[in-house]
Amino acid sequence: MNYVSETILLAVGTFLALLGAAFAYDSLFAAHMWVLFFVLLVSTVVMLRKISFAPAGQTSKSSVQSEYFDEVIKYGTIATVFWGVVGFLVGVVVALQLAFPDLNIEPWFNFGRVRPLHTSAVIFAFGGNALIATSFYVVQRTCRARLFGGNLAWFVFWGYQLFIVMAATGYLLGISQSREYAEPEWYVDLWLTVVWVAYLLVFLGTILKRKEPHIYVANWFYLSFIVTIAMLHVVNNLAIPVSFLGVKSYSAFAGVQDALTQWWYGHNAVGFFLTSGFLGMMYYFVPKQVNRPVYSYRLSIIHFWALIFMYIWAGPHHLHYTALPDWAQTLGMVFSVMLWMPSWGGMINGLMTLSGAWDKIRTDPIVRMMVMAIAFYGMATFEGPMMSVKAVNSLSHYTDWTIGHVHSGALGWNGMITFGAIYYLTPKLWNRRRLYSLQLVNWHFWLATLGIVVYAAVMWVAGVQQGLMWREYDDQGFLVYSFAESVAAMFPYYVLRAVGGAMFLTGALLMAFNVTMTILGYERQETVPGAAPALQPAE
Amino acid sequence: MEAYTALRQFADSWGLLGMALFFLGVVLFTLRPGADAQAKEAAQIPLKED
Repeated sequence: MNYVSETILLAVGTFLALLGAAFAYDSLFAAHMWVLFFVLLVSTVVMLRKISFAPAGQTSKSSVQSEYFDEVIKYGTIATVFWGVVGFLVGVVVALQLAFPDLNIEPWFNFGRVRPLHTSAVIFAFGGNALIATSFYVVQRTCRARLFGGNLAWFVFWGYQLFIVMAATGYLLGISQSREYAEPEWYVDLWLTVVWVAYLLVFLGTILKRKEPHIYVANWFYLSFIVTIAMLHVVNNLAIPVSFLGVKSYSAFAGVQDALTQWWYGHNAVGFFLTSGFLGMMYYFVPKQVNRPVYSYRLSIIHFWALIFMYIWAGPHHLHYTALPDWAQTLGMVFSVMLWMPSWGGMINGLMTLSGAWDKIRTDPIVRMMVMAIAFYGMATFEGPMMSVKAVNSLSHYTDWTIGHVHSGALGWNGMITFGAIYYLTPKLWNRRRLYSLQLVNWHFWLATLGIVVYAAVMWVAGVQQGLMWREYDDQGFLVYSFAESVAAMFPYYVLRAVGGAMFLTGALLMAFNVTMTILGYERQETVPGAAPALQPAE
Repeated sequence: MEAYTALRQFADSWGLLGMALFFLGVVLFTLRPGADAQAKEAAQIPLKED
């Protein structure tokens, strides 16, 4: 394949980045443009080397169009594993920084800069790549059509990687618009918008040219994820840059409106990025792995509509007891509590897909992983509505309980369902008979599960203790504890939290090894515990 | 009328009614008699060959 025009565009982009660095309004923008320049320069050189300069007609048309466009999904799978390991590693580092403040290395590796690197790496780099790769896989299979737009899918993949690199390097340089989960500044946001529109085109185009008359429910979830994220991203990042060639911008909203827009975005990033998209994964990969149709298809449709109708209103629960009008806080709380119903409907639907095949939890570690993911989905979606109740929130807000809640959802639900999907996808994509090792999957499962349990349990204790210390008054009406005392009291919990995170990271490293060996074509000779019943001698 | 007030009035009257009716319509449509067979067929889509 010759990518001549693409290479020319890359070269032009490289030159523009150089100009950006030269005429930058501030030094941070110049530094960021140098990063962009070198990334694009390397890409251009790589692309140039791929171009075949043979006369027209002699270039081999070796790449016969296969039924499905899977090459980009292979890249996406590898990127998911890679960013997963990076994101978890950075997570362990920030956990250790909280326990041992000496690990804050100024200025680039301060907690304040590394923390958004961790959240963005796990949500957008690991989760985002998993969603893009699996959505491309699922939409082709369930529509029985090749991806729409030809090389546009490559643009989506590489464009998204460029967004990740620009966001990550920006955080470390100190470029941030300080909106949680939306830290990248205006020019990186604009780039993501372009990539996201291309993503929507590829996905929607594939659905439109489908050969299967019905649009399978997983695609509905994926589509709602893509459309809603586009809307949230654009509205929340409406901002006026100070200079065309500078990093700083000011939000289009002010005060409490700005806060509400941010948490409308922030909570729906959870709802549509981390829930809806991953439910699309669940509705395809769980039936595939257990080889049974989803328990109730009609429940899945109601699950879909109820989820998207309710989630969008839940954001204000992030602003309890703030300047936000009381009615809006109550609205957010009520919708959060109502969300419990569709969430558990979906959980039951996912779990009951195993009905008649429950033995697979014992015999198939990949199914076990998926079931654990759904169980954590159920736990996190119970805990969330409970924490959104104002009375509970007055204790839990701003404490580590929130961090524990987020991680039981993110590590348990998003992490585990993605691991399950990757273990399913790898042998399929690379045409291997099976994974390199199922025993390693089993190790990964237990390391990840125990890691999450340690993490979440420790954060519960830490959070409740923090909340109680902050609100402890003596009989004179004075606070009993200073804030610094509550920080010092957290030390043992912070160390244990890092231990839980390190276990989760170790599991991910095993996955990276397992996936690599599978791609290289090795098969480990092994017996999987539980796969065959252990025979007892007759007595 | 101020744009905020107008939008707000529309949102908590016709907008709210429209969305609630749409949602109820979707649920009733999903549960209509005869939808079961179609749903069972649709559930098989991922299990057809890759």
